[in-house]
Amino acid sequence: MSDKKPISSVNDFVVRFANVNGSGSASANEMFARAILRHGVPVSPRNIFPSNIQGLPTWYEVRVTEDGHLGARGGVDMMVAMNPQTWDKDVAGIEPGGYLFYDSTKPMPSTKFRDDITVIGVPLTAITNSTYTDPRQRQLFKNIIYLGALSALLDMDPKLIEQLIGEQYKSKEKLLSSNVHALHLGRDWALQNLKCPIGLRVKKSDKVGDRIFIEGNSAAALGAVYGGATVCAWYPITPSSSVAEAFTAHCQKYRHDPETGKAKYAIVQGEDELASIGIVIGASWNGARAFTATSGPGISLMTEFIGLSYFAEIPAVIMNIQRAGPSTGMPTRTQQCDIIACAYASHGDTKHVLLFPEDPAEAFEFAAAAFDLAERLQTTIFLMLDLDIGMNHRLCRPLKWDDARQYDRGKIMTAEMLEEGRDFGRYLDVDGDGIPYRTYPGTHPTKGSYFTRGTSRDRYARYSEEGTVYADNMQRLVRKFETAQDLVPRPLQANAERPTKYGVIYFGSTSPAMDEAIGLLETRGHQLDRLRIRAFPFHSSVASFLAEHDFVYVVEQNRDSQLRQLIVNENGIDPVRLVPIVHYDGSPITARYIAKAIGDHQDHLKVTPLRKAVS
Amino acid sequence: MTYIAKPKFHHPGLKKNELGYTHRDYEGKISTLCAGCGHDSITASIIEACYELSIEPHRVAKISGIGCSSKTPDYFLGNSHGFNSVHGRMPSVLTGANLANRDLIYLGVSGDGDSASIGFGQFAHSIRRGVNMTYIVENNGVYGLTKGQFSATADRGSKSKKGVTNTDNAIDLVAIALQLGATFVARSFSGDKSQLVPLIAAAIGHKGASFIDVISPCIAFNNHAGSTKSFDYVREHNDAVNRLDVLVGRDPIAVDYAPGTVQVVEQHDGSKIALRKIDADYDPHDRLGAQTFLAKHAAKGQIVTGLLYVDPDAEDLHEHLNTIETPLNTLEADTLCPGSAVLDKINASLR
Ligand SMILES: Cc1ncc(C[n+]2csc(CCOP(=O)(O)OP(=O)(O)O)c2C)c(N)n1
Ligand code: SF4
Repeated sequence: MSDKKPISSVNDFVVRFANVNGSGSASANEMFARAILRHGVPVSPRNIFPSNIQGLPTWYEVRVTEDGHLGARGGVDMMVAMNPQTWDKDVAGIEPGGYLFYDSTKPMPSTKFRDDITVIGVPLTAITNSTYTDPRQRQLFKNIIYLGALSALLDMDPKLIEQLIGEQYKSKEKLLSSNVHALHLGRDWALQNLKCPIGLRVKKSDKVGDRIFIEGNSAAALGAVYGGATVCAWYPITPSSSVAEAFTAHCQKYRHDPETGKAKYAIVQGEDELASIGIVIGASWNGARAFTATSGPGISLMTEFIGLSYFAEIPAVIMNIQRAGPSTGMPTRTQQCDIIACAYASHGDTKHVLLFPEDPAEAFEFAAAAFDLAERLQTTIFLMLDLDIGMNHRLCRPLKWDDARQYDRGKIMTAEMLEEGRDFGRYLDVDGDGIPYRTYPGTHPTKGSYFTRGTSRDRYARYSEEGTVYADNMQRLVRKFETAQDLVPRPLQANAERPTKYGVIYFGSTSPAMDEAIGLLETRGHQLDRLRIRAFPFHSSVASFLAEHDFVYVVEQNRDSQLRQLIVNENGIDPVRLVPIVHYDGSPITARYIAKAIGDHQDHLKVTPLRKAVS
Repeated sequence: MTYIAKPKFHHPGLKKNELGYTHRDYEGKISTLCAGCGHDSITASIIEACYELSIEPHRVAKISGIGCSSKTPDYFLGNSHGFNSVHGRMPSVLTGANLANRDLIYLGVSGDGDSASIGFGQFAHSIRRGVNMTYIVENNGVYGLTKGQFSATADRGSKSKKGVTNTDNAIDLVAIALQLGATFVARSFSGDKSQLVPLIAAAIGHKGASFIDVISPCIAFNNHAGSTKSFDYVREHNDAVNRLDVLVGRDPIAVDYAPGTVQVVEQHDGSKIALRKIDADYDPHDRLGAQTFLAKHAAKGQIVTGLLYVDPDAEDLHEHLNTIETPLNTLEADTLCPGSAVLDKINASLR
């Protein structure tokens, strides 16, 4: 008997599935999330998975959120506990008044439950065993059976789930009907044996609108297709492999010459990250749009080549899907921890352009823009995603493309221009923006060829170790980086309702949690202006924002507050005025966490009288 | 100035090839390598081969890693684009360049340090992918640019300049290339122009991965410690001379000998290598035979030279990837971008 009133909530709760990796639960769990979307209710799912293939625990969390909060919330209202190994931890994680759903085929001692939660037992194994004889079928259909039972408990419309099953098994009639059958097995059992629905309910709504549901990695790969990437070289690493895999799939669909059937792209799985970035640099040097996708350890290996790209001024696009480091760290957990490593990658004085998309829609836009930027600036552009956006489905605005858009191929000296007698110095700053002209190999029989090298050279690409020549070149690279400031996506500012001396800076996947945290902080009486940084180099509005506020919180998902370090370093600001708010346990940052950390600091500053704290 | 430009005047009577180019059109900057370095002889052979093939110089992309050998692309085909990349990574850069534009000729130049140590992996993988290129290793058994350390092709038992004995086994790049499925494999000697020029020409003409290992003596660092002729010794004993002065007068080693015979070549330091030119009736279409032949003669301390293996019907990476004939670097948004209508459909499928 519960000694706490069961949670009662419509369209606003968190369900977490605890499964064993390899049990085939992923597609059933994802279908659960999609089914809620089909009710017109936004969801924000997250995959929490181990860095091995079979046997270890895995969780899938679905935040049902009528208000459309897409960050992680923290806490679990209903636990679907399908993994005996993690039972104790899973049960402990349920919010007071929450629900525990479990397979009641084998009785559990009462000590295994809690008094303040509602326990819902469904004899899943018994039902599957009495229906199926094949062991794999038993395992797979058990997942669909619990989906059916949940649909009854949460008052979901079974037609919408049937529709999804129909889409999944479009031309496979047998699989379709057997899945629908399993769904109803679970649903009917629950309707007949349990009190349905429970306090948590899904009610039809219209809050999803025209938004789409897509993983960041897939969106970024699509951005590469739309952005005109023709060469992709990569080496498998979690959580970035699905970028290359999605790029391959998209290319196979959209990039074959209709007449010959030949590919308008080349994808090479390199022997390692060194080769992958080498291929990208070689292809870009020769005028193709090329990219690689990797994660932290790959970035470490690529740094020598990144320095070459910077100094020899060769375009390159690197998509870094960040995971928890250092070293192998936690390969399947999320972080934003490669900011410094990428901003200053390689030896000597280097600086690189970083783009920070907040969601798949921006991942798509920024990925496409990265190729324009790389060619315009003739340097490496990093698209900084992380596992949280990269490998999870996110609700986001539909992807958009302007058909009139042409690719910005940057400053290319053509054979005609050379013929006209234009002065070609590979490293000559003709326009004062620090960006020189380049020629593609093979352009002209007698003009415009040059030798590309990572060693110092003069404005005409002639090898030189003269100190002044070297310094001249390094200065021009600084000018070029300044030019980049106005080419990259600008920060977005949102001001509090009332004027405030306090601001908060954040970026990337922290965005939805931050948006929600602002609301929580307001209820605590704290007003903050917000600045979402979308790129490095920092636009001048970052400095203005810093100047306008006494204290600025910098919220990020790493231990050392790397973005803050970068801001301090690049803006020469007094570090005391930048308050680090960090979260780095590998789980995505939550609104609750941010609101508490900032709220406590604000209370401490006694900026506003303490109001009734609501957390 | 730290570069040396070549005077531009031509002798009016210079011979012209089919395209009307003279030898000078295939030259580059003046070499800054030690006088007598085998690498310069290879440069000369590349120039000769390109001239004879009547290649348009600017249609060649010459790509290298880091090392004395990797500097040489600056010394030939002055009108073509060169890329002196990073140590050991020429193959990946060349692979990328080749993917971007299949219409150019790709010449990869590397050293034994570059290819057999730090770049061993990239060497192997570019060969196994069948990148359409001519991959030349200028093999001197030492790290020239970093002053004489052993490279991985140095023979076990050989001595370094400092008198240290090499206890590691040597890597035979030719044997590896054969094993990896290279479709054109040859070995030559920098001083044997009559053999090297046609080999380079044939390699350029070959569609697929061509590999040529060229033995190329290093004048500066293959001499024994204690030698009174060594650069260090002379520098220490004669303050008035600089490195170039000391080395001037050392002629590059040249040989000319008949197929099927063995020629013993004395290097600058007095050490000797036995080169065996393969017979005219040797069958270069038999990969297994080539491997056995190589191993048999290696056991006798002989280095086999010549075209060891060729597959005339080889495919290249572009064929494996089924890429279009048009160079990828010329494609623009109109052919590459699926457009907004497709994107609308994609959006619809994601709801
Ligand atoms: C990452 C890295 N490590 C080391 C070096 C130093 N380095 C420059 S050239 C070279 C060896 C060159 O040897 P080889 O390829 O045999 O060419 P050679 O000079 O003998 O022609 C080395 C080790 C470097 N440039 N980069
Ligand atoms: S050090 Fe050796 S390899 Fe380098 S240029 Fe001199 S002779 Fe040639």
